[in-house]
Amino acid sequence: MKHTNMKKMIALALATIMLVALCACGGGSSEPEAEASAEAFKLGGTGPLTGGAAIYGNAAKNGAQIAVDEINAQGGIQFELKYEDDANDAEKAVNAYNSLKDWGMQISLGSVTSTPANATSAEGFTDRIFSLTPSASAPTVIEGKDNMFQMCFLDYPTQGGASAQYISDMALGEKIGIIWKNDEDYSTGLRNSFVDKAAELGLNIVAESTFTEGNNDFSVQLTEMQNAGVDVVFLPMYYQPASLIFAQADAMGYAPKWFGVDGMDGILAMEGFDPTLAEGVMLLTPFNADSTDEATQAFVAKYQELYNDIPNQFAADAYDCVYAYKQALEAAGATPDMTAEQLNDLMIEQFTSMSFDGLTGTGMTWDSTGAVSKSAHGMVIQDGAYAGLD
Amino acid sequence: MKKKITLTKYTRSSFLTYGLVIVAYVILQAMVLTGSISSSLKGMLVPICAYVVMAVSLNLTVGVLGELSLGHAGFMSVGAFTGVIAAIALEGIIPVGWLRLVIAMAVGAAFAAVAGFLIGIPVLRLKGDYLAIVTLAFGEIIKSVLNNFYVGMDSDGLHFSLLSDRTGLAEGGRMIVNGPMGITGITKLSTFTAGFVLVMLTLFIVFNLVSSRSGRAIKSIRDNRIAAESVGINVTKYRLMAFVTSAALAGAAGPLFAMNYSNIIANKFDFNTSILILVFVVLGGLGNMLGSIIAAAALTILPEALRQFADYRMLIYAIVLILVMLITNNPTLAAWSDVIREKLRGALRKDRASAAKGGDGHE
Repeated sequence: MKHTNMKKMIALALATIMLVALCACGGGSSEPEAEASAEAFKLGGTGPLTGGAAIYGNAAKNGAQIAVDEINAQGGIQFELKYEDDANDAEKAVNAYNSLKDWGMQISLGSVTSTPANATSAEGFTDRIFSLTPSASAPTVIEGKDNMFQMCFLDYPTQGGASAQYISDMALGEKIGIIWKNDEDYSTGLRNSFVDKAAELGLNIVAESTFTEGNNDFSVQLTEMQNAGVDVVFLPMYYQPASLIFAQADAMGYAPKWFGVDGMDGILAMEGFDPTLAEGVMLLTPFNADSTDEATQAFVAKYQELYNDIPNQFAADAYDCVYAYKQALEAAGATPDMTAEQLNDLMIEQFTSMSFDGLTGTGMTWDSTGAVSKSAHGMVIQDGAYAGLD
Repeated sequence: MKKKITLTKYTRSSFLTYGLVIVAYVILQAMVLTGSISSSLKGMLVPICAYVVMAVSLNLTVGVLGELSLGHAGFMSVGAFTGVIAAIALEGIIPVGWLRLVIAMAVGAAFAAVAGFLIGIPVLRLKGDYLAIVTLAFGEIIKSVLNNFYVGMDSDGLHFSLLSDRTGLAEGGRMIVNGPMGITGITKLSTFTAGFVLVMLTLFIVFNLVSSRSGRAIKSIRDNRIAAESVGINVTKYRLMAFVTSAALAGAAGPLFAMNYSNIIANKFDFNTSILILVFVVLGGLGNMLGSIIAAAALTILPEALRQFADYRMLIYAIVLILVMLITNNPTLAAWSDVIREKLRGALRKDRASAAKGGDGHE
C-alpha cells in the first residue's frame, strides 16, 4: 500500500516538473513576438502546423516568414507575421482566427487548406478583414465574399480541367484511369472537374477506383487499373497516399504514366520516401523550385538555408502573398495605424486593379470574385527533382 | 403527508447544477453585451454549449446506463446533417432565424433518435466491450455514408443520391450536401442563448429521467442486470430508453454546433470526436452531470488558452489531462476534500457537496 502511494507521488512530482519545464520552454519561444512595433502591419494566418497536413501549413508559414524578413530588412513597409495552428479543422481554425483577432490582426493570409478556409473566410467576410489565402483552392472559399482573394488557382474548375487538357494535348495515353479519395473535398473536386473536361475532350476513362482516409493498401485499386489496361493514371490527391501508391505499384511491377496535381508537391521532401519511385511522375503546379529565374533561386537558397528543405508551391504562394500585400499597401498609401476595415476597402480596390509579378507567375491579376488568373506549368520528376515539361 | 417540501439529495444537486449554469450564462452574456470578452472566448461559447450537451447526454449512456459508447459523435453528425438540411430547405418558407434553428434541432433530434433506436435494437443485446466496438463501427459507418451523400434542392423540392452526384438539379438549384465537401454556405443561426436553452433543456430531461421510476430501473440494470431482470424489470426497454434519449440529445447538439460555422464536413464527427466527448465524461465523473459540464467547458478552452506555447501546447494539454485524472482519483486528495466538504457543510448548513460526489459509487 505504502509502495503504491510512493509511486503515485513520484509520478505526480515528475509530471509537475515536466509541466513546469515545458511552460518555461514555451514561454521562451513566444517572447520575441511580444516585441511588437506599432509601425508594422499585423498580418495573421491560420494553417495546419500540426497533424497530417502539417507540411503545407509549415511551408506556407516559412515562405511568408522569409518574405516578411526580407521586406522588413528593406525598410519602408513593415510587417509583423503571426501564424496560428488550425490542425486542418474548421472548428480549430475559427478559434485560431479569433485569437488572431484578439492579437489585433489587420490583414489576413486566410487559411492554408480548404476546409478551414471555408470557415475562416465566412468570419473574415463578416468582420471585414481582408484576406489573401496562399493555397486554399476551393471555389467556396471566395464565393460571394468580396474581400476574400486567392493566390493559388481554383482547384476544381482550373486544375482538374487543365490536367485533362494537358493529357489530351500531349496524347499521353489511350486508356485513362483515376484513383481518388472519395471522402476528401480536394480529391473529389479535382476528380469531378477532370471527368467533366475529359468527357468534353473525348478522353477514354476506362477505370475509376476510390479509397478513404486511413487506407494504406492500394493493391485492389492498382490491380483494377492494371486489369483495365490503363496507361495513364490520374491521381488527384495529396502526396501521402500517392507515395504509397507509387511504392506498391512498383512492388507489383505495374508502371503506367502517373499524372498528379499540386497537392503531390512535397512528395520528394517526404521522410522515408524513395524519390526514384516517383521518377517520371507528371504534375501541374505553378511553381518550380528548379527554375533558373533569379528571384526563385534566391528564395530556394534562402529557404534551404533556414529550413533545410526544398520549398514547395505552398511556400512560394505564401511568399508571393506577402509581396502582393506590400505592393498593394504601397500603392494605396496605407499606414499601420489604419483599422482592419479601412485596409479592407483599400485592399479590395488595389487587388482588383493591380498586376503582380511573383515566383508563381507573372502578370497575375485578380477579378472581383477574388480568383487569380495565372498559368500552371507541367512538371515532371526527373532524377529526384522537378523539371519543366514544356 | 407532510406539507413542507423536502428536497432529496439528488434534487438539491440538480438545482445546484441548474443554478451554476444560469449564473455562468448571465455572467458570460453580460460580458458579451458590454464587449469585455475576448473574441477567442466569445467564439467558443456555442461550441462549448454543444459539447456540454454531448457530454451530459453521453453521461446518460456511460454513467447512468453503464454502457461504454464510442460512437456518440455519429449521432451528433446525423443530427447536424439532417438539421442543417431542414434549416436550408426551409429558408424560403420560414424567414425567422431562431425558429429555423429550433426546427433544425428538433429534426436533428428526431433523426438521431430514430438512428439510436435502429442501432439500439441489435447493439443493446450486447454487453460491455462488444457494445463499445459496435457503437464505434456505427460512428464510422455514419461518417462513410455521409461522405457519399448528396442532397440538392431546386424548385421541385429536395433530391437525394448516394455515391455520386446524380441529383440533376434544375436551373437555379442549390447543392446542399456535396459528398465529402459537406455542407457549405450555412447561415450562422446558432447563438449563445440558443445553446444555453438547449443545455438547460438537456439537463432538465436527463435529471428528470434519472430521478424518475424509469431512471431507477436504468440504474438497477447498471448495478446488477440479473437482479434487475429477476424482479421483473424489462431490461431491453429501459436500456433502449436511455440509449435513445442520449442519441436524441446528441442529435439536437449537432445543428447547434454545425450552424455556428459556415461549413461542416462528415469527417469532423470521427472517432476522435467521440473519444473527446468520452474524455469529458470520464474526467467529470461517471453519472456526475455538473462534472461533465465543467470538464467539457474546461477541456474546450484549455487548448486555446495554451496557444501561446505554440508547438508545446499538445504536450501540455496531455500532461494537464494526466495530472487532472491522477488528482481527481487520488485517495489522499479525495480524503482531504471530504474533510473540507464536511467543514463547509457545517458552516453553510446547506449540503452543497453532493453534486461533486454523485458519481463516485461505481466504475
